[in-house]
Amino acid sequence: MLGRLSLAAIPFDQPIVMITVGTIGVVLFAVLALVTVKGWWPYLWREWITSVDHKRIGVMYMIVALVMLVRGFADAIMMRTQLALAAGHAQGYLPPEHYDQIFSAHGTIMIFFVAMPFVIGLMNFAVPLQLGVRDVAFPVLNSVSFWLTAAGVLLVNLSLFVGEFARTGWLAYPPLSELAYSPGVGVDYYLWSLQISGLGTLLSGINLTTTILKLRAPGMGYSRMPVFCWTALASNLLIVAAFPVLTATFAMLLLDRYCDFHFFTNDLGGNPMMYINLIWIWGHPEVYILILPAFGVFSEVVATFSGKPLFGYRSMVLATMAICVLSFMVWLHHFFTMGAGADVNAFFGVMTMIIAVPTGVKVFNWLFTLYGGRVRFSVPMYWTIGFIVTFVIGGMTGVLMAIPPADFVLHNSLFLIAHFHNTAIGGVVFGVMAGYSYWFPKAFGFKLNERIGKAIFWCWFIGFYLAFMPLYALGLMGATRRMQHYPDLHWQPLMLVALAGAVCIFLGIILTGVQLAVSIRARARNLDLTGDPWDGRTLEWSTPSPPPAWNFTHLPHVERRDAHWVAKQAPKPSITPKPDRAVGPIHVPRNTPIGVFVAFFTAILGFALIWRIDWLAVIGLVGVLAVGLWHVWQTDREMVIAPDEVTEFERRNVKEAA
Amino acid sequence: MQSQSPAQGHAPGINPHGADHHARSYLVGLGYAIVLTLASFWAASTPLVYGPAVPVLLGVLAIAQMGVHLAFFLHISSAPDQTNNFLALIFGLFVTGLVVFGSLAIMSHLNHAMVSMDQLMKMQR
Amino acid sequence: MSATGESLELGSAVPLSQQGPAPTRVVAGFGFWLFLLSDIILFAVLFAGYAVLSGATAEGPTGAELFDKRHVFLETACLLASSATCGFGTLAVLRTDSRAMFFWMFTTFVLGALFLSMEAKEFASMVAAGAGPSHSAFLSAFFALVGTHGLHVSLGLVWLVIMLLQVATLGFQPMVARRFFCFGLFWHALDIVWIGVFTIVYLGAH
Repeated sequence: MLGRLSLAAIPFDQPIVMITVGTIGVVLFAVLALVTVKGWWPYLWREWITSVDHKRIGVMYMIVALVMLVRGFADAIMMRTQLALAAGHAQGYLPPEHYDQIFSAHGTIMIFFVAMPFVIGLMNFAVPLQLGVRDVAFPVLNSVSFWLTAAGVLLVNLSLFVGEFARTGWLAYPPLSELAYSPGVGVDYYLWSLQISGLGTLLSGINLTTTILKLRAPGMGYSRMPVFCWTALASNLLIVAAFPVLTATFAMLLLDRYCDFHFFTNDLGGNPMMYINLIWIWGHPEVYILILPAFGVFSEVVATFSGKPLFGYRSMVLATMAICVLSFMVWLHHFFTMGAGADVNAFFGVMTMIIAVPTGVKVFNWLFTLYGGRVRFSVPMYWTIGFIVTFVIGGMTGVLMAIPPADFVLHNSLFLIAHFHNTAIGGVVFGVMAGYSYWFPKAFGFKLNERIGKAIFWCWFIGFYLAFMPLYALGLMGATRRMQHYPDLHWQPLMLVALAGAVCIFLGIILTGVQLAVSIRARARNLDLTGDPWDGRTLEWSTPSPPPAWNFTHLPHVERRDAHWVAKQAPKPSITPKPDRAVGPIHVPRNTPIGVFVAFFTAILGFALIWRIDWLAVIGLVGVLAVGLWHVWQTDREMVIAPDEVTEFERRNVKEAA
Repeated sequence: MQSQSPAQGHAPGINPHGADHHARSYLVGLGYAIVLTLASFWAASTPLVYGPAVPVLLGVLAIAQMGVHLAFFLHISSAPDQTNNFLALIFGLFVTGLVVFGSLAIMSHLNHAMVSMDQLMKMQR
Repeated sequence: MSATGESLELGSAVPLSQQGPAPTRVVAGFGFWLFLLSDIILFAVLFAGYAVLSGATAEGPTGAELFDKRHVFLETACLLASSATCGFGTLAVLRTDSRAMFFWMFTTFVLGALFLSMEAKEFASMVAAGAGPSHSAFLSAFFALVGTHGLHVSLGLVWLVIMLLQVATLGFQPMVARRFFCFGLFWHALDIVWIGVFTIVYLGAH
């Protein structure tokens, strides 16, 4: 009746898990109770859950990412405490099988459910505004994408207290992840949650690529697009090309586990190395999917806060597109040590070094943009400078490991862990935090508290160096990744320093919450009435903050790069619409619950497949189909915003700004 | 000229030159496709072609036929109003080629350098 | 998006990339084209899996022993013919000629269903002969690749039925016509995948 699901699936015997679950339960209950008591449900349903507005969806992506950051970080600090304790004969407090789940969950969550949603959220929010259009290409699909990601998040969190998570590392290499060696539901949770959220990511990639290539304001040719749009284009092209590889590879592993196929098994001709090969064909582009939009954010920030056009726009675009292509040609460097011959290793080693060249071009472009500028050191600029310093170190250790013989020494050591955190934190996290503080006033109409913002930066910056520089050293001393304890007491002092770094980052995460609370309370003092709080250069700053549902009353007419800046320099502003200009009715897509319904049934389907509950799987599948059929017969999809309402909005807005 | 291309180019699959051209394009495409398919099946079973050359010939015929389908059925071309469609196709083909040929090259290396799992398991027994 | 009105007033001297947002038809077609390319890459992975594992027969039957080229030729004929009929059906949609559309699309459906039934027969006979997907890595890869193509064809047939119902109930609205064009693209793309399948899997079997 319930497949493999029974009461035994809930780990009552593990106090750590039960306390965590209890805490999450209490918090969740409190939030739901508050929303119910205050009667916020209709508002949430109308304005957020069923919204197809790219700005709202972008914000929801980022909320998911921030919540999951807390979850992923909890895993991180547990690992750091375990390793600070478990030296010599001490075994720490986490048994190996629990520790294995924790590092697997940490990697999976941080990449798929923190970095990805944050980056996609930023692109969703900013790209249509920068392009000067009213929405993405497929607004309803956008909502479906978001809710599918949310369904994946739900499943991955469910694994915490119903069943278990994978103990296989964040990429679930076979043969360990095959049924013979991982008979539990952990790997199934991993596979289904990633398949579902991966589908959402693919759809969102198609959506944003189409938006950038087909929907741009009149006059915005390719050479006039903001650099963030270019990096978003590259990143989404990579999503469209790489995520099918992930889907197909996971599908093969699922067939192995569910239908007794033999793609990656040890017996009957299966070849586990094939999985490792395929997963990295996705895995390396994924790295650039995450970092390219961050590069875009830094490019916007550095130009805005230096009060200068970006240095080397063309080389920036070329470098971005070069990375987009080259990122598909380096995947073998993730398994140099696994048996390929010298010539294959040499080829991929050289390709890996080549990909550092366009990245270097970008670093110099940012530096030359700063040079001679009137640099304003606001919070986004802090993150940017911190990024340039940190990322260069991470990039250099990466080039070091691109040399196959060196990689034979460093592979799977803590040196590698330090390297990719160096780029993931120093690049992606710093990038999304810069984007978060940069576009926050655009999204909500008031600025975030600057003082706390700078404190957050220093916590992350110092915390990162404390936490990961010791790991470089430990890696060279021979410490491997994924170890739960170590015999050599000499490693312990460095492990303690790393723990101190993690605590420092923890402080930064807490301060992010504090900053939000303080800024909301004091929002009256930080209101952004002009819509252009940073003296920005691109079109999103020509709209009011927050922008109306239709973004632009009149589509802006772009004649040069940095369109908003150019308009501000002109004797009489040509982009800011004159309030007396005639306003026609504006069509916007109607809100629809299709996204949340599809994701609901997909989550049911995923849960049923994880636990092998056949009847429930049928319900989930039929539900998805029924909702889909209902949707395709909906013909009334657009809503008209009357000219009066638009004019009224414009008038109010002009008055506020004045 | 009002039959001008719309903003941002054409969608794939839609022939801007109207329905007449269209019907002919399907018929011509079908003709080519039939000829190429017959040639493929013939090449695979005939003793007339030098054995080791058969896979190459089959590959050439298959690529030719894919091209025919793209041009006559999907109406993809490198015309200026189709730049996006064409570039996207090139990118997709690039990745497809990398996935297939890269995997083949890498896996043949790995198989050459390492004992297969099958044999390894037997040796342990 | 309804910004099309503002997009063309610039005249023809303006480069394509500066003419403002594209009309919905172009946006939808291009988005679907990207989806198809991602689908082709998904197949590329399955092809790569097949190419790498096709020799791993685990002392079981090989492709040359299992496949019947005549059977495959008939399957191919069905799909090729269905591609042409689908094209004529799409033209009928352009002309909003519902009788011709129903005729050609019904023929497409029949040909697709014929293909599927032949494939099902092949699979069933292989499984009955003890050459199911659990037998070796080669057979796993074969069933996954050819089966995924078959699954796409089945989904295509379901989609086609839905489209016929849509035309019957909603008529040739722009929205319905757009979906029909996308269906046509999908169907033609499946043919391209099938060219790879019959060349690499069946004719290339050794």
